[in-house]
Amino acid sequence: MWDLQKYASNTAIIDDRGNSLSYSELVQAGEKLCEAITKANGGLARCLVFNMCDNVLGSVIGYISFLNGKVVPAMLKHELDEELLTNLYNEYEPAYIWTRIVDRERPLFKNLPNIYEAYNYVLLKTPFGVKTELYPELGLLLTTSGSTGSPKFVRQSYSNIRANTDSIVEYLQLDSSERPVTNLPMNYTYGISVINTHIDIGATILLTDKTLMQREFWNFFKEQQCTSIAGVPYTYEMLKRLRFMSMDLPSLKTMTQAGGKLLPELHKEFAEYAEKTNRKFVVMYGACEATARMGWLPPEKAVEKQGSMGIAIPGGRFELIDVDDRVFDEDNKVGELVYYGANVTLGYATNGLDLIKGDERKARYVTGDMARKDADGFYYIVGRKKRFLKIYGNRVNLDDCERMLKSAFGNSDLACGGVDDKLYIFGLNEAQLSEMKEYLVKKTGLNPVAFRTIMLEKIPHNESGKIVYKDLVQYYE
Amino acid sequence: MPNEEKYIQAFVNAFGVDSSVVPTLKFQGIEAWDSVGHMSLIAELEDAFDIMMETDDIIDLDSYEKGKKILSTNYGIKF
Repeated sequence: MWDLQKYASNTAIIDDRGNSLSYSELVQAGEKLCEAITKANGGLARCLVFNMCDNVLGSVIGYISFLNGKVVPAMLKHELDEELLTNLYNEYEPAYIWTRIVDRERPLFKNLPNIYEAYNYVLLKTPFGVKTELYPELGLLLTTSGSTGSPKFVRQSYSNIRANTDSIVEYLQLDSSERPVTNLPMNYTYGISVINTHIDIGATILLTDKTLMQREFWNFFKEQQCTSIAGVPYTYEMLKRLRFMSMDLPSLKTMTQAGGKLLPELHKEFAEYAEKTNRKFVVMYGACEATARMGWLPPEKAVEKQGSMGIAIPGGRFELIDVDDRVFDEDNKVGELVYYGANVTLGYATNGLDLIKGDERKARYVTGDMARKDADGFYYIVGRKKRFLKIYGNRVNLDDCERMLKSAFGNSDLACGGVDDKLYIFGLNEAQLSEMKEYLVKKTGLNPVAFRTIMLEKIPHNESGKIVYKDLVQYYE
Repeated sequence: MPNEEKYIQAFVNAFGVDSSVVPTLKFQGIEAWDSVGHMSLIAELEDAFDIMMETDDIIDLDSYEKGKKILSTNYGIKF
């Protein structure tokens, strides 16, 4: 995937525990890990592994090594709910689990033998062996809604990753002097793309698992002279609350934003701040289904084009279609956004048998987002067709939430809806609503403040029994 | 409402916990006190005491006890 050896003595990773790895050392670590897998497989390295992600050395080294060694990792957050993890395990039958040593004793893992250990991570061998057949171009699996346990993965190919990496490096003008901090989780497409792009050009990844609300994060940021920060809308809300714009951060050059639409006021503030301090604020648009990025707003346009996510990335192309799927060109008319590019992923998988599938999308992705373009050809996302929300950057599928709740609460009549960063649960019984909220909090691992409950006399259904979601919009604050 | 009560109530509102456990709370000590929860707590404290907290105070406030010290030393709130 990457030619890491050519950066030999550049520093690849520095973590906040005093560790650092050069590119040569990274290559060696990768070879050792993949050797262990090859040996245990009795031949080839290629197989499916669950990478239990955390923003620590073991996890990153695992990811990079797997990709280079043609081992396919499914990126899962280490704190994934046990039931959801067990479902995935049974659906996909991975050959190995690569997990933090501290999680080695969790119920699903505790009886699995340990065949290799490094950087506080262990490689556990499952009883499945190299069962799952993998399409030769398949490189990586990312969850679309890992929080709600939908077993759906996005299948990304090596050429998808290569195309998106090249495009992002080009439009962000990245070089080996960059030192990005990993404030986003690496099981998330945006978080991984920071790693992919910077590893590709020999830059230094500043690896931390600390949050913006911790002193250790900012100490690390300053000591290691971080040059860029990536954020979802909630990140920018946190930065605002932290009085980020009054902080003394001389090394910072670039702020990128994706993972949902930023509130116009925040976009304006950060764009103006960047202009004033000679930095770059780059709003972007993308989705896991397109590897990571589809659109970007050139930073010099950040102030002028508030609310816009910009233009297609190098090598990509946007189109708008109407309700009859016809392409149109008019300015300021809303349609569904379609993207074309080599970074459009192969398709989804819902179980192990799907991993042999090839390219189903053929470089065309119907995004499910409603958009318009202005007279200058800049695009504005105005809504979402699909039933999911972004909660603090995490995609949460509303239909999955409804299904989970109905299953856990005796098929009660209920509905899930809301806006980004605020999921609403509608139900008929106050006490039960409170339990439902607790249940979703537990399953998704998201903070309770993201959930609201609303008791209704009845849930609005139409004649065919389907929930009329637009009748619920009135409740969203 | 006396300041101590207001202070405890801010934690109760932010984390949905019972007031009895509040004095033991630390950042990342309970699930609700992650960075999102922390944002809520800061908002509640700023509201309750009509203050605007400084960066250093926001990131140093990592426990109930620490918070009391910060509010009294830097914001003149008497407990």
